[in-house]
Amino acid sequence: MKNPITGLNKVFESRIRLGVMSVLMVNEEVNFNDLKEMLEVTDGNLATHLVNLEENGFIKVHKGFIGKKTNTTYSVTKSGEKAFTDHITALENMIKGVK
Amino acid sequence: MAKKVFGDMDKAYLLCDSKYFFMHEPNQQTDSLQDLKDIRRIMERSSRFISLSGLSGVAAGVCALTGAFISYSILDNYYGDYNSSGFFSGDDFSRLKIKLLVVAASVFVVAFASSYYFTWRKANKQGLPLWDHTSKRLAWNMLVPLATGGAFIVGMLRYDVWAFVAPASLIFYGLALVNASKYTLSEIRYLGYCEIVLGLINMLFIGYGLWFWAVGFGILHIVYGISMWAKYERK
Repeated sequence: MKNPITGLNKVFESRIRLGVMSVLMVNEEVNFNDLKEMLEVTDGNLATHLVNLEENGFIKVHKGFIGKKTNTTYSVTKSGEKAFTDHITALENMIKGVK
Repeated sequence: MAKKVFGDMDKAYLLCDSKYFFMHEPNQQTDSLQDLKDIRRIMERSSRFISLSGLSGVAAGVCALTGAFISYSILDNYYGDYNSSGFFSGDDFSRLKIKLLVVAASVFVVAFASSYYFTWRKANKQGLPLWDHTSKRLAWNMLVPLATGGAFIVGMLRYDVWAFVAPASLIFYGLALVNASKYTLSEIRYLGYCEIVLGLINMLFIGYGLWFWAVGFGILHIVYGISMWAKYERK
């Protein structure tokens, strides 16, 4: 999953997946619509990336209801948190020019 | 004769630097930087309500000062009449109370509406929603100390204790702002500290509530609003 040279995580090469993780790192739980609004993406696009992140075990999905409407919220997992911080460290190192 | 130079000589070293970057790793460093900037922006935007406009503070402050001025003249009038006639009527006093209550309520409504307008305008300009999970969270976290303070003041009034209305409202408002600072522009925390300190000082000068109100809700709001506007919104 990790690029052996730079330490960057392949999963976060997508801007949208990176965005989802950024939002979830600073918010305990965020629902689908809020994510969509914040990242300015379409339903289908966001859904695909969320499935990808879930399959990698980086985010947890909670299905709930508000009245009769479904309310799906997402939160970051322990391993997601670690992967994301590692990725940030790698990015910072790239800027400093350290390998 | 003007000397012919390419660009700004102060920035010449940048040319060399960027050339050096591009020779080694095309785009990777600039990409990383862009990624980090995006992450930071998204984190900031998704966790705090950043559309709060400084002009909202100024507007609320101006309303409060106007309200304080009107209340002052109403009171002045009342006590002037009272002193000249040396006569106290219960009717006059209840009319005075109603007048002041109307002033207070209209100040609140106008202040709220004008603050709302400027913040709405800023959110519009930024292309951000006004009512999203950040503003909801901000509203809730401000409401808890404010509603508590409101109930506390009503509780005191049940025992006809008017003296502590001004200090209590300043203190609870300050606490609400300190609490809110986690969910919006963090500088609002300093406004909160000032309100709390002002409320506590007011405890030592009971009877001057209107003056402390004018400073706390009027002048402090204007000072805060102007400095926030200068920091974030002036172009």
